[in-house]
Amino acid sequence: MSTANPPRPAAGRAGIKKELPERFKDYRHVWVFIELERGQVHPVSFELLGEGRKLADKLGVQLASVVLGPPGEATWYAVAEAFAYGADLVYIVEAPLLADYRNEPFTKAMTDLVDTHKPEILLLGATTLGRDLAGSVATTLQTGLTADCTELDVDADGSLAATRPTFGGSLLCTIYTLNYRPQMATVRPRVMPMPQRADKPVGRVIQHKVSLAEDEIVTKVLSFLPDSQSAEANLAYADVVVAGGLGLGAAENLQLVKNLARTIGAEHGCSRPLVQKGWMPADRQIGQTGKTIRPKLYIAAGISGAIQHRVGVEGADLIVAINTDPNAPIFDFAHIGIVTDAIRFLPALTEAFTRRLSPHSRDKLAS
Amino acid sequence: MHIVICIKQVPDSAQIRVHPVTNTIMRQGVPTIINPYDLFALEEALKLRDAHGGEVTVLSMGPPMAEDALRKALGYGADRAVLLTDRYFAGSDTLATSFALSQAIAKIGETFGTPDIVFTGKQTIDGDTAQVGPGIAQRLDLLQLTYVAKIASIDFAAREIQVERRSEGGTQVLKSRLPCLITMLEGTNEIRRGSLQDAMGAARSHVLKWNAAEAGIEDLTKCGLRGSPTVVKRVFAPTPRAEKAAQIDTAEKTLRDVAEELIAAILARQPALEHELAFNNGA
Ligand SMILES: Cc1cc2nc3c(=O)[nH]c(=O)nc-3n(C[C@H](O)[C@H](O)[C@H](O)COP(=O)(O)OP(=O)(O)OC[C@H]3O[C@@H](n4cnc5c(N)ncnc54)[C@H](O)[C@@H]3O)c2cc1C
Repeated sequence: MSTANPPRPAAGRAGIKKELPERFKDYRHVWVFIELERGQVHPVSFELLGEGRKLADKLGVQLASVVLGPPGEATWYAVAEAFAYGADLVYIVEAPLLADYRNEPFTKAMTDLVDTHKPEILLLGATTLGRDLAGSVATTLQTGLTADCTELDVDADGSLAATRPTFGGSLLCTIYTLNYRPQMATVRPRVMPMPQRADKPVGRVIQHKVSLAEDEIVTKVLSFLPDSQSAEANLAYADVVVAGGLGLGAAENLQLVKNLARTIGAEHGCSRPLVQKGWMPADRQIGQTGKTIRPKLYIAAGISGAIQHRVGVEGADLIVAINTDPNAPIFDFAHIGIVTDAIRFLPALTEAFTRRLSPHSRDKLAS
Repeated sequence: MHIVICIKQVPDSAQIRVHPVTNTIMRQGVPTIINPYDLFALEEALKLRDAHGGEVTVLSMGPPMAEDALRKALGYGADRAVLLTDRYFAGSDTLATSFALSQAIAKIGETFGTPDIVFTGKQTIDGDTAQVGPGIAQRLDLLQLTYVAKIASIDFAAREIQVERRSEGGTQVLKSRLPCLITMLEGTNEIRRGSLQDAMGAARSHVLKWNAAEAGIEDLTKCGLRGSPTVVKRVFAPTPRAEKAAQIDTAEKTLRDVAEELIAAILARQPALEHELAFNNGA
């Protein structure tokens, strides 16, 4: 569900910044929520710290992290990692009932922290956890929240300018939360680059107590079933990705994509119609409604390059497109293009890589 | 048992075109559909009703023409439809939308019985925010279960529900209590074809139209543009990349040669990949 009316171009009220209400005047600093689940920090939290650093520097304020977790090593490890990726200070709430993510205690802890320490900007990852939490925190605090941003900046008067795709990616819009605090935004994994990790000495930690009792929390986690194919989760973070589109014509031909991927140690993915046809599982989908990827090399075979696909791959360092149609939109943003039949070309490419990569064949060639 | 489900009428964004000069959306002639994610929620609501009895009320906020979407939902078998429509709602962001919808749900509860479950789709295809569901839950003080892939069990007498919820890297099995708000994931069920009887009923049945006052909304400052903390400052088309892809010529070459030329071109641009690819390959 979403806004009743789609965003309109700047006009009238949209440009107006009123005097910030008195009660918000002492809201300061940029906060990044560190998503810690089942002992693991989601990498999007570090990507956000990289971006948060830039915003904080522009505003001349501190960059803080929020860590919510059960007492123990994993939670403190997350604190140390937050410093390593650039946080100046960390707010931590430790409680046994923060072990598994549930909306009620996390919302309570987060809103409590915001009310006490008053950040002007609060950033979360647009993951299932982050979106679940951000929605209820923003409503509780009665403030603005901009979902799934692809770009963040602060303008001349220090307001957060949050840019996100709209209408399925056909347009971008820049959204402000002018007269409320904190200004909240979620950002998709892999949209922002991973910042450099520094072995920074531990910074300032502020421990916060929230009165939370397990018997007041209605929802219980009975069990957690991890994804069976753990590789699926790695697509967003793979260095090399090979993907196939509808141009491959038949489900069997996806084997050609998988073969090439296996040969070069890549992950494989696909465009959306393949998921809709049931040729590939949904978590292999790349794009606006699938995963954003940021590999060093992306090879797209039989993919037209529709805007919704493009927004998911634009962060790739090198994009190679194989398509029979010289006018396919993918050639507008790919770096290297080959106009040819992918069904015939993929096996040839796989063989060529095999020759190149195999030390045995290299030895043989040399001898 | 009473279930309320929120649906939204959206432009079929696959067919949306952007005006090349003004960068605005060209809506003329773009067909509208029920937000596809909402259909999974609707199907789940109807399944529960069919199994346990009770009623399903569909609710939508939008312009008068959103009545079409509600009629479609009645055609699938929903029992009652309410359209929340008023010029005061124009320009609502997610916070203002969740306010108006939650007020209408409260009113529906007073009029037709308190809902046991409120459903929404995971998100819409035009706004893509996934924020309205959680917003409604928070305002109505309902437990929220988002990204639900499956309702594993439900016990209306004991007021208990178990769901499977999609999370990063796996599935959470949660036990919670009714009433609650559920946002439904896509692909969770097969959407039914409405029966002829339902379709005929839908044509005859009445869609209730409520304005702000009829929905019991007193505080209009929380609605529409005025009630929206976020403001859209700029809408623009993504910048096209300056140069097109460098083409590798395929004429009069074997595929083998083209492939080798491609690998050379990749490594010329990204020399570090040679090591990376070989390393990944375990070689
Ligand atoms: C709200 C919304 C969200 C969406 N989200 C996504 C998303 O997340 N990800 C996504 O990918 N799409 C998404 N889409 C769909 C998107 O608009 C396109 O429809 C989709 O990306 C097209 O997939 P495709 O390029 O594989 O297929 P097509 O558009 O059918 O293109 C196939 C291409 O293959 C080429 N081809 C044909 N035969 C061969 C051959 N033998 N060898 C080589 N090339 C060949 C053709 O020239 C053509 O360019 C979304 C759409 C909407 C409306």
